[in-house]
Parts: sequence; C-alpha cells; structure tokens
Amino acid sequence: MRSRIESLLENYAHTKRDSLIPILQQIQDDLGYLSEEAVVLVGKHLDMPTSQIYGLATFYNQFRFEPKGKYHVQVCHGTACHVLGAQPILALLEKMLKIKDGQTSRDGQFSLQVMSCIGACAQAPAISINGKFYGKLTQERLKDIIDELKQH
Amino acid sequence: MNTHANMDPHITPIDQEFFTKLLNAPDPIAASFAEDATLEKYRRVKITKPVIYVGLTSSSEVAGAFDTYNEVQRYLTETGVDADVVTVGSLGLCSFEPMIDVQLPGKCRIVFQQVTPEKVSSLLDGALNNFIPTEFALGQYRQSIHQPWPGVPYMDEISFFHSQRRLLLQNCGIIDPENISDYLSRGGYTALALVLRKHTHEAVCRIVEQSKLRGRGGGGFPTAKKWLMALQAAADQKYFICNADESDPGAFMDRLLMESDPHRVIEGLAIGAYAIGASKAIIYTRNRYRLTVERLEKALKQAYQLGLLGHNILDSGYNLDIVLRKGPGAYVCGEETALIRSLEGKRGMPESKPPYPAEKGLFGKPTVVNNIETLANVPTIIQKGGEWFAAIGTPTSTGTKIFSVAGKINSTCLVEVPMGTPLSKVVELAGGVPEERKLKAVQIGGASGGCAVPETLNGPIDFEALVDVGLNMGSGGVTILDDTVCMIDMVKYFMHFIQKESCGKCIPCRDGSRRMLEILENITRRPVNENGHNTLERFKGVIHLESLAEVMRDTSLCGLGQTAPNPVLSTLKHFREEYEEHIFDRKCRAGVCRDLRTFYVDVEKCTGCTACARKCPTNAIIGTPRSPYFIIEDKCIGCGVCQDVCKFSAVFFK
Repeated sequence: MRSRIESLLENYAHTKRDSLIPILQQIQDDLGYLSEEAVVLVGKHLDMPTSQIYGLATFYNQFRFEPKGKYHVQVCHGTACHVLGAQPILALLEKMLKIKDGQTSRDGQFSLQVMSCIGACAQAPAISINGKFYGKLTQERLKDIIDELKQH
Repeated sequence: MNTHANMDPHITPIDQEFFTKLLNAPDPIAASFAEDATLEKYRRVKITKPVIYVGLTSSSEVAGAFDTYNEVQRYLTETGVDADVVTVGSLGLCSFEPMIDVQLPGKCRIVFQQVTPEKVSSLLDGALNNFIPTEFALGQYRQSIHQPWPGVPYMDEISFFHSQRRLLLQNCGIIDPENISDYLSRGGYTALALVLRKHTHEAVCRIVEQSKLRGRGGGGFPTAKKWLMALQAAADQKYFICNADESDPGAFMDRLLMESDPHRVIEGLAIGAYAIGASKAIIYTRNRYRLTVERLEKALKQAYQLGLLGHNILDSGYNLDIVLRKGPGAYVCGEETALIRSLEGKRGMPESKPPYPAEKGLFGKPTVVNNIETLANVPTIIQKGGEWFAAIGTPTSTGTKIFSVAGKINSTCLVEVPMGTPLSKVVELAGGVPEERKLKAVQIGGASGGCAVPETLNGPIDFEALVDVGLNMGSGGVTILDDTVCMIDMVKYFMHFIQKESCGKCIPCRDGSRRMLEILENITRRPVNENGHNTLERFKGVIHLESLAEVMRDTSLCGLGQTAPNPVLSTLKHFREEYEEHIFDRKCRAGVCRDLRTFYVDVEKCTGCTACARKCPTNAIIGTPRSPYFIIEDKCIGCGVCQDVCKFSAVFFK
C-alpha cells in the first residue's frame, strides 16, 4: 500500500497545494478510499498538516475513508428520484444491508452511498451497483437484485 | 500539457488539411455553410453504406443504451452487414431512450425510440431491408435530396420539436460528439476563427454586450460586464473558468449538452478567453460525471490536434491552453468564489465580494467564471451578431433557455425555449402530468428555487418576472409535482440537501438551515410521549420558519444561503393550509409523511393470522386469531411494520 501511494506521489513532484485535490482523487481511484496512511503521506509530500488535508477531504462528497464493499451500491437522491420514491428504496436498502450512507458492511460485501443526482431523471428512481445502473426501480425488484447479490 | 502524445484516430491528415483550409477562408462562416461535396460527406448527407446512430449519454446509459449499442455491434458482426455505427448524444427526449437512428443511402434518416437490446435485431432486420416497424419510429429528418419513409412524420412536424427554439441544442442527438469533424462541418469553430482574425478583445466583449447575454447559472449577471471588467484589469496572467459542475439535484441539461455537443462549449470558452485576453482556461466539471469527463477530454484532444487550441491558434498569434479539472463534488462550488478556492486546492468556501473575481480571482489574478450554457451561446452570437440574439426572448432576458423537466410528468425531457415563454408551455411540451393525476405545483430552480402553483404558470419566465413572483430561475431544473406529493416533504428534502451542502462558513446558513430542518422534522413527526413544551414548539414552528427564512435570506454570505429559504417561503405562501394540516390535524393529505399516517385493518381482507399483532412494537393491534384484527389509533406510532408483514394487503393507511 505504502509503496503504491509513494509511486503515485512521484508523478506529482514539485507541485503545490493546487494539485492536492487531483492527488487525493488519484489515490482514491487507485485504492478505492483514502486511508489514514495516504493522508499522512500526502501531508508530508505537500508539506501540509494532516488535519488540513483531512478537513479538505471531508468537505467534498467524493472522498471516502472506508474501503468500498465488493458491491458498491449508489442510490440517486435527486429531486425527481425523491418525488418518485427514492426514500423508500433507500430505507429498504439500509434495512437489507444493515448499513447507512457512507458505510461498508462488516463482511466487506456491500457499501452504500447516496448521490445527489445522477442525471437520469427519466429512469427515476435509479441506483447503480458497481457502475451498472438499474432504473425505474420498485421495492420488489430491488429485493430480488440484492437477494441475488447476497447469494454470491 | 500532454495532449499531443497519441493521435486521435477520428482525425485523418485529410480532415486536418481540409478544415484548416476552411477555417482560413476569408469568410469561414459562409464557407462552412456552403453546399460543398466534402462538407456533405462530413455531415453524412451522402453516404455509401447504411449508418446506425446510437444515442449514448449519461441519461440513456441508465435506460440501457450501452447494451443496445453492444447488441447493434453484435448484430452487424453476426449478419455480416456492412454498416457504420456512430455514437450521438441526446435529442432531449429522455423518456424515449434508448434511441437509435437508421440512415440508408438515398433515404431519410429515421429515429426509433425505446430500442431495448431485445428489440435491436428485429428492428434492424426490417430497417436495413427497407421495411420499418412504424410503431417504434419517432420521426425522420427532412432532407430534400433523400427519399422519405411513408407514414413517418418529419422531425420538424412533431410538436415537441417545432414548438421549441433550439439554438444550443441544435446539434444534440444529431452529431457525433466524439468526432470534431461533425461539429466543424456544421459551422463549428468558424466563430472562433473569425474572432481571432477580425476582432479585437474589446470588440468581442462589445458584441456580447449588444446581445445582452446574461449568466445562465442562476444569477443572471450580464456576461459582457464581467468580461469587460476582467479585460480592463491589468495583470500578467488572466484566467477563464467554465463552470461545468452541474450540481442542482434534478437538473441534467448541462451534462447532456456537454455530452452531446462538447465542442460548442469549448469554442465558446475559447472565444471568452480571447475576449478577456486570458491564455489559460479551465473547465471545472465533476469527477463523478464519467461520460462528460470522457467526452470533454476527447474533444479537447481533438481541438489541440487541429491547432484550435494551444500555441499560435490559426496563425493569429494568440495562445490558449484549456485544462480539464475534475471537481470532487460540492454544491457550493457552483458559487464562483467557492469554485476558485476549490481550484486552488482549498475547501470550496465562498468569499465576500468585492473584490470580484474579475479583479482578483484564481491565484489573485483576474478571473471570469461562466456557466457552460452561457458559453455555449457565444459561438452563435458571434456568427449571427449581437442584435440578432437580442431580438430573441424579452428585452431584459435575451436568447433561449434550456429547461430539464422531470418528476411526475409524462415525458422527462430537455426543452429549449425563448426567454419569456410561460412555464405552462414547458409543462405542456413535456406532456403534462399523468392522466388521472392533478398538477399541484411546478418547482423551478432546484434547491434554491420555489414552487409555482398552476394558476400562476401563464406568466412569462425571464429573470425579472420570476423574481417578481418570488421565484428564481436557478440553473433551469424544473420538477413537476402532482397531488401525490406532500409539499412539506418536498421542502424537507431540499432543506436536508442544503443543510448537508452548506459550507459552514457563515452562521445564518449553517445554523439556519439546520434549525429549519429541525422544525420541518418536528412538524412531520408523530408526537410520541410529547410533553407540553414540544407541542408549543410545533405550534411555533411556522412562525419561526418565516422569521428564520428572512434572516437567512438577508444575512447569508453567498447565494446558497440567500436562496436556501426560497422553497420554504414559496410553499408557505401557496400551501399554508398544508402546513397547518400537518401541525393541527396531524394529517398529511398526500400520505407521504410516514409518521402522520393512521393505519387501519381492512376487515374484508384480514384473515386473523396474528402476524401484525406479533410484530407491532407498541402492542397497538388487538383481536382474536382467525378473525379480523383492529388497530388502536392512540397506541399506533405509524411505523408501518404491520403493513410490511401483512401477506394479504389488509393493512392500509389514510
């Protein structure tokens, strides 16, 4: 892990604070999340206090501090999705997976993330699991989808 | 910038030579619209083999367009048919996606709707053999030299299209966004070529000033004013930023525009950068918009390759670098000063103005931040002139505006209409609400907007007219609400969003949004173990909401906080009785507020299986096994467990 982050940081030699966000983004793309180690290493690299980096990372929606589950479930909660029933979908997911927004289940199978809008309002309510989208979702279909994933 | 590293297979040296010559013509605009055999080849007017167009955008992706695309490819390999497959953007009719178009040599290009993967082979079997399944056909493009298909309307005859004025969306869903020659063959980059050759920096600003173009991001600030301010500021370096971080929930026009016609935005940005004399421009979009990022990256690479960006553009001596930056996602970064902080690698927190970014912006240098829709207007303004543009729309709000219409509506879509068009027209274009339902309100402007009731929909939409009736244009997201929607729940949703997205810098917004959310939650919560104090708080709720909203509006630092109470204020104005019902009668007429529902058992359906009585957390359900059960209203907390466990759908709520 450490060596991977360090080799990543080599691409950003002689950079200043304005590349902090791209650095964190690349680490997250690579590792799936920002580990404590990563935040410390970035701090050393840019000569910035760790607290400031953590403060920045928690400010933005993109960054997460827990590894993603095997199945990363993203729920769209835009206005159209809300009007067309995203709330019950989210409640059902929280109940079935026993996790809340931003968390990963203990067995590492599922992680849940609420998104502000994925821009597919015609297909509301919509979710995506590992990048595959499911539109016009009903509670029954969602149950089937999750049950099937749990079998694997 | 490492853009020349690998060549894009889309541009051949022949293309490059042809288009460079075209853009260097004495009048590039006229040249690009001329009848020319080579241009027609690029516009795919004359084709030698069938062309199949598949609409791929972030919206159609969810509808399964990528599966359709793969199925088309598989079909062609299996049947051995020689045809081109072209990726296009979105026509704006999101409810009819996935869409594919088929064009046979000598025949009009025909559009098919809702082509799910399983329909592909039967559809192509027919269409490629001159037989079209009319039930899937949406329309065909008019082209005088082509033979039309019988029984299929022309696209320009379909009321959805002919009632619109499509300036920004004119290429969307028609051209290949991943291929610069499609854009160039339709007059693309000629405005940039003209500007670089003929106009001074100030002349460009003056043309835009004449057009009276105003910012489309929500504020409605005159674009030319910003540009002139930045132009006049003396500095060794200036920046131009394109705000492509669409973040209003329920709005998707910017994404679809960028994904369907990315070069239009890049051309507008390049002209803007020239107008203020900036040599560095940044497109700030969101990391999460994968397809948008991909298309913009590709488009930038192609523009560099053709020499439309970079060093000494078209031999004019002007240099411009455009960089794509991927925002990590924060609603407040739609505010220009917050966006600039984010680019500097800081938290996206707004700063007080003045100094305006046009004087002191990114890294302390003069910076202009414009929304993508604003910039997408610029090439047309240069081509047709400021006066021509100013004649569209109303005297104060000129041009057209794209609205994304979603919610409880028959067809979720993008519509582009001249400013001043009534909202009712927008609702009508989107097909109205489903038949058995009644239109309750139209929410415009996302989380910072308000609700218009059906009676007020006939007023024109422009920046001033909307403010007069207490609304806000926002970025143009329109959500249609019918009578199954609870207004308090809607406002609670927006306030939850604002509370989460408030940057936390100024107190009115940070604490005000939280208190407002608390009040709304109190109103919609079932009063369990409620003491006198809580009841009083509930009654005071509405009074507090109003005064809190006013404080937030008047004292917040940035637009986010100032406009955040809009949903509350507009619903208090139009739907006060609904608030009162929630507070005094503890009823939610739409049945949305879970905690206010009263459950009943249908004696006809109940078999007395005892499942609900065993699960009920408050033992509110009583009865004898094998005969209908009964819910004691006073004990019921409205959790809905009984409804979930009932296998006979005997539990219902009012």
